[in-house]
Amino acid sequence: MIRLEPRNEVSKALLYVTPVIAIGVTILAGVVMFAILGKDPVRAISLIFLEPLTDSFALSEMIVKATPLILIAIGLSFGFRAGVWNIGAEGQFTVGALAGGAVALALYEVEGFWVLPLMCLAGVLGGMAWAAIPAFLRTRFNANEILVSLMLTYVAVLLLSVLVYGPLKDPDGMNFPESRMFHPAATVPILIEETRAHIGFLVALAAAAVAWVVLGRHVFGYQVKVMGQSPRAAGFGGFVENRVVWMCLMISGGLAGLAGLFEAAGPVGQLVPALPVGYGFTAIIVTFLGRLNPIGIVLAGFVMALTYIGGETAQIEMNLPSAVTGVFQGMFLFSLLGIDVLTRYRIRMFRSPRPGRTAPLAARTVPVAARTGGE
Amino acid sequence: MELFFLILQAIIIAPIPLIFVAIGELVVERSGVLNLGLEGMMILGAIAGFSVTLDSGSFVVGIAAAALAGALAAGIFGVLTQVLMSNQVATGLALTIFGLGLSALWGQGYSGESTAPLAKIHIFLLSDIPIVGPLLFVHDPLVYLAFALVAGVAWFLTRTRAGLILRAVGENHDAAHAIGYNVVAVRMAALVFGGACAGIGGAYLSTVQTPFWVENMTAGRGWIALAIVVFASWRPGRLLVGAYLFGGVTVAQLHVQGFGIDIDAQYLSMLPYLVTILVLVLISHNKARSHLNAPACLGKPFFASA
Amino acid sequence: MKHVMRILAAGAIVAALSVGAPGGAAYAAEKVKVGFVYVGPVGDHGWTYEHEQGRLAVEKAFGDEVETTYVENVSEGPDAARVIQQLARKNDIIFTTSFGFMNPTLKVAKRFPKVKFEHATGFKRADNVSTYSARFYEGRYVIGLIAGKVTKTNTIGYIASFPIPEVVRGINAAYFAAKSVNPAVKFKIVWVNTWFDPGKEADAARALIDQGADVLMQHTDSPAAMQISEEKGILAFGQASDMIKFGPNAQLTSIIDNWGPYYVARVKAVMDGTWESQDTWDGFAPGMVEMSAFSKRIPEDVRAMATKARDDIAAGKLHPFTGPINKQDGSPWLAAGETASDGDLVGMNFYIEGVEGSLPK
Repeated sequence: MIRLEPRNEVSKALLYVTPVIAIGVTILAGVVMFAILGKDPVRAISLIFLEPLTDSFALSEMIVKATPLILIAIGLSFGFRAGVWNIGAEGQFTVGALAGGAVALALYEVEGFWVLPLMCLAGVLGGMAWAAIPAFLRTRFNANEILVSLMLTYVAVLLLSVLVYGPLKDPDGMNFPESRMFHPAATVPILIEETRAHIGFLVALAAAAVAWVVLGRHVFGYQVKVMGQSPRAAGFGGFVENRVVWMCLMISGGLAGLAGLFEAAGPVGQLVPALPVGYGFTAIIVTFLGRLNPIGIVLAGFVMALTYIGGETAQIEMNLPSAVTGVFQGMFLFSLLGIDVLTRYRIRMFRSPRPGRTAPLAARTVPVAARTGGE
Repeated sequence: MELFFLILQAIIIAPIPLIFVAIGELVVERSGVLNLGLEGMMILGAIAGFSVTLDSGSFVVGIAAAALAGALAAGIFGVLTQVLMSNQVATGLALTIFGLGLSALWGQGYSGESTAPLAKIHIFLLSDIPIVGPLLFVHDPLVYLAFALVAGVAWFLTRTRAGLILRAVGENHDAAHAIGYNVVAVRMAALVFGGACAGIGGAYLSTVQTPFWVENMTAGRGWIALAIVVFASWRPGRLLVGAYLFGGVTVAQLHVQGFGIDIDAQYLSMLPYLVTILVLVLISHNKARSHLNAPACLGKPFFASA
Repeated sequence: MKHVMRILAAGAIVAALSVGAPGGAAYAAEKVKVGFVYVGPVGDHGWTYEHEQGRLAVEKAFGDEVETTYVENVSEGPDAARVIQQLARKNDIIFTTSFGFMNPTLKVAKRFPKVKFEHATGFKRADNVSTYSARFYEGRYVIGLIAGKVTKTNTIGYIASFPIPEVVRGINAAYFAAKSVNPAVKFKIVWVNTWFDPGKEADAARALIDQGADVLMQHTDSPAAMQISEEKGILAFGQASDMIKFGPNAQLTSIIDNWGPYYVARVKAVMDGTWESQDTWDGFAPGMVEMSAFSKRIPEDVRAMATKARDDIAAGKLHPFTGPINKQDGSPWLAAGETASDGDLVGMNFYIEGVEGSLPK
């Protein structure tokens, strides 16, 4: 009989080993899938996992793709530790892009070093404002923030669409639903010449570093952890709890808004209805793949970016349908998430059936794992 | 007046897929599990239902296949979250990515096909019965199945021992375990049920409402179903209210446009989401009462040490 | 400051730069490599499906002389430029087949001056970027004529996606034609705000039918409305591709996007070294827009009228927008005998007189 037994501490060694095992499992499953589809499995898998790592363009694009994922995921990690479930980062991303983009368009052709910082500020505030709605409704009316933030995502995407069809439409754009291209003064500086990697990446790394310090050393980090483990046992008054809820949503909303602005003023360079492509949702996966840890999130952001870029490469090189890369990505995530169990539990072999029934109140919630919950 | 009648008729059918998906998820959440992979299970059900109906020529076999596909997908989620203790939110999102991809792959030979002749399942219908209110009695059997499921789940949760156990597991898994219930088994059963329901919901879309297959045809309905569950504050009766509010607003806004009433369609499209938020605020502002609704262990990982 | 960051970052990535020079170019010098970027899945049975048919036509026409690649489901957001650039590294000519790819195409084209780019439905060009689109409104004019004649309730239902000029043009053309043969005709227009959501398109179709429409037109991509029309026993026109499978009785005809001949011609131009940047807006004449077979349910005389209109448009004898036409507010647009200029049509953002409701802003 195989059973799991919780470890007292997360295994440091396994933290690094499990992703490797997960990749191994995914490769095995991938070999089977590609073989069934009649595609060369070795070629397909090396195109997905290796090719992007040996190609400077693909590497730069991984930075482009990882930047918003990391920024958003860092913000979300605070809330997820505290049990504040903002799953509407996509909406905050969109409103951030909208607010920052509106500033860029209002200041069209205005030169000035302050234009971009002002846009960033607007982006952050836009994201925060959108996140403030679930924060207010949860703290004041006890409304579930999962649902409110999710619903607001749809509203935000529609809002973007309304505005680029209307007031923000390019005046010389033949009535097509797009804004003007932002003025050069209103675009994010490029990090590496001849690529699309922009300084937003440095901001994302800085956010990770700050998060690392706050979570480790600051009283807010402590409050977040305690609230995540048990808000009532910690003797929190409603006041502290509300403050944590607000802080978590402001941080995640602000960073998601900033990420949205960076996308609009970076790789895209204008406001378009298709700007939100799901970074807000993908970042949730990144947050957990990174085990809510800032360094882990940076790595997970790159892993996630790799699967997208590699998937595209495989599509182009082997004429694979995009569906195949979706399946492969899903399998990869499943194995990463599933095998992660080894870091928190040991596998033990038992001879006898377990004595479950006689046990006292021995069940316990997992110490390291994040808790999920509505209320 | 006749138009009003027709509108009502359209409204009755519109949210049926949502009802299937949402009632399944309601049971899952009452057992304390949050499965965000509804969209993935739904789309797998859509392709399974469509392809098997087309190939087998039997609508019943097709629907069964859809239920099976949804249940299997939920099984993957169950193994990962219940046995391997992975995070439920992340696993649910991964399931959505996986389901969208797999369904698209599966459906490659089926685009451009149509089951139109088979979809007309009037053989089973009460459609031949004259008058008896075309409003209520001229629907396909799945409409009745949806209502039966909602009633059945309401009865199961409140009147049966198994339902009591399921709720106990969702409210306090540690205590339930201590009494001797197998928390993981209960949750796996709930997940499989939820997956099967989601699969049927998807199949309703692909074999009845719009009987053909195209990638991504669920177009976000899984997420809306999720919203309806929370909107319903985990009560089957309220779930119907939520589904019809959502479906009703959607259908009504199309009609309003048809009448030529000047109202911006994009703002109208926001309405269902805003209404859901509003209602949510109204039903949850009383803190003490809303705590009675939400399963206390929703989404929390459970580990039974011996 | 900016400069310093660039140096730092460049240093960090320099190892990678030295590892992988892009493979691309010239191992089989003879083959012309053609790339396609699709916004939807090739199996959408609508917009992308027809572009895919165009790609297959290129393969068929040139066999071993070409190598084609496509990437499907490319969103019009930040990913577009990357996909286009990935293709640009290995291809001689690239077709980007959705409006939202316009600016990404131009950006990438700047970096790859030797690669030819063809962008569908856009209006920005460069030395190595052509644009092309089809005059779908010519087809809409023809279906408007048919609709005006066959409707018994004098109510035509129109399922519209987004208020872009393309769609507005289609509504105006169909309405103008229908009105010209049936002064009592009314259009009910429903905006569904999506190109593709079968469930919602079906709901819209049901709503329009319930409100008395007995003929449906759609400017969305799925065959859902056609199926509902079949189920409810009314008539409908298909969009983008032949939807006869979904409405064997309901379909009167479909407007078909036929990109094959254009794609073949442009690839040929690359082979011959005669490719030049140009703007193509073709309709019936060269067969970029086609009508599928007219249904037997269209009365003989109406069929003849529709066929004649199609042939006259193709021959340049008839322009779908020929004055007098006023704008919705009554202000004059075209004087008697005057035809609409392409400039007016490209950015069309107004309804013509008689269309009810206001254009969503």
